[in-house]
Amino acid sequence: MCTMIVEKIKIEGSGKGKSGWFKLEGANVSYDHPFNAPYEHALNIDFVNESKGPSARVAVELSEDAARELIKTITAVLDRAKEGGHLESQRVKV
Amino acid sequence: MYTTDMYEGITAETVAITGANGDMIHAYYARPLGPGPYPAMVLAHHMPGWDEWYREAAFRFANHGYVTIMPNLYFRAGHGTPEDVAAKVRADGGLPDDQAVGDLTGSMKYLRALPNINGKIGIFGTCSGGRHAYLTACRVDGFDAIVDCWGGGVVMPPDSLDEKRPVAPIDYTKDLPCPILGIFGNDDSHPTPEQVNEHEEALKKHNKNYEFHRYDGAGHGFFYYIYKAYRQEQATDGWEKVWSFLEKNLG
Repeated sequence: MCTMIVEKIKIEGSGKGKSGWFKLEGANVSYDHPFNAPYEHALNIDFVNESKGPSARVAVELSEDAARELIKTITAVLDRAKEGGHLESQRVKV
Repeated sequence: MYTTDMYEGITAETVAITGANGDMIHAYYARPLGPGPYPAMVLAHHMPGWDEWYREAAFRFANHGYVTIMPNLYFRAGHGTPEDVAAKVRADGGLPDDQAVGDLTGSMKYLRALPNINGKIGIFGTCSGGRHAYLTACRVDGFDAIVDCWGGGVVMPPDSLDEKRPVAPIDYTKDLPCPILGIFGNDDSHPTPEQVNEHEEALKKHNKNYEFHRYDGAGHGFFYYIYKAYRQEQATDGWEKVWSFLEKNLG
């Protein structure tokens, strides 16, 4: 751990890990050493379910540019979904 | 030095040791075959965890004639692939310093109890492991040499201290009882060249026996052949510095 820059949030959703789909309970967002991306530091997001142990993890390691573009894109897509009246339907549990 | 007419052999396995707070933790234990006596090494693994590179490093130290132990500093985070476990520790903001020092001290005591060591024990670490190695060598009696490879966070601004890391390692420099070898890349940002200079000044101020080597064209983690950061020429020279330093101080 070198930068120690990390934030943990609770989330809802599903992630597909090595053993298939699992329920997500959190996302850990750090700017620190990645394991694979070719940078000294990267924007790392681990989608996790800690109650299932360390292996319940879906990981991405992004460059700063990629992370910022992802934020903009997620926001833009959610805005379009809102304009189209689709967000309410997401709340329906199936 | 190895020659092709020599018999050599090592054995390596997982063992259980007593770490911080009396906790049982796993350690990787690699040693030359033979009665010894051998010098010994404790390895403090890096932020990516108790991974294959570090197990290979343990083989390498054993192959060079060191009884070597490497505790799993992330043992308490649970089990999975080294990356998954390290990601959990990263998300939790890293290790408490006292816990890492306790686990590395337990490793040193495990070695001290062995009948086949020559009484000399060193400690080696890279990245966060370099920092943990430095903290341990300064705070605990029992080490005869330390190798700090690009230990980030030895120099810490006051506003970065927290409950897990309450004291900057550099502030323990006066207590360092043994020679230190430092290996750094000039393109590193953790530690920066300026922080390496500050560390060197502290060692000078306290009249410590130190040897720092700084490499151009190398950044953080330039020994790691598994990463893009690998720099063959600098890494080869760096390893030679490591073996020479350890032979001089532990042999």
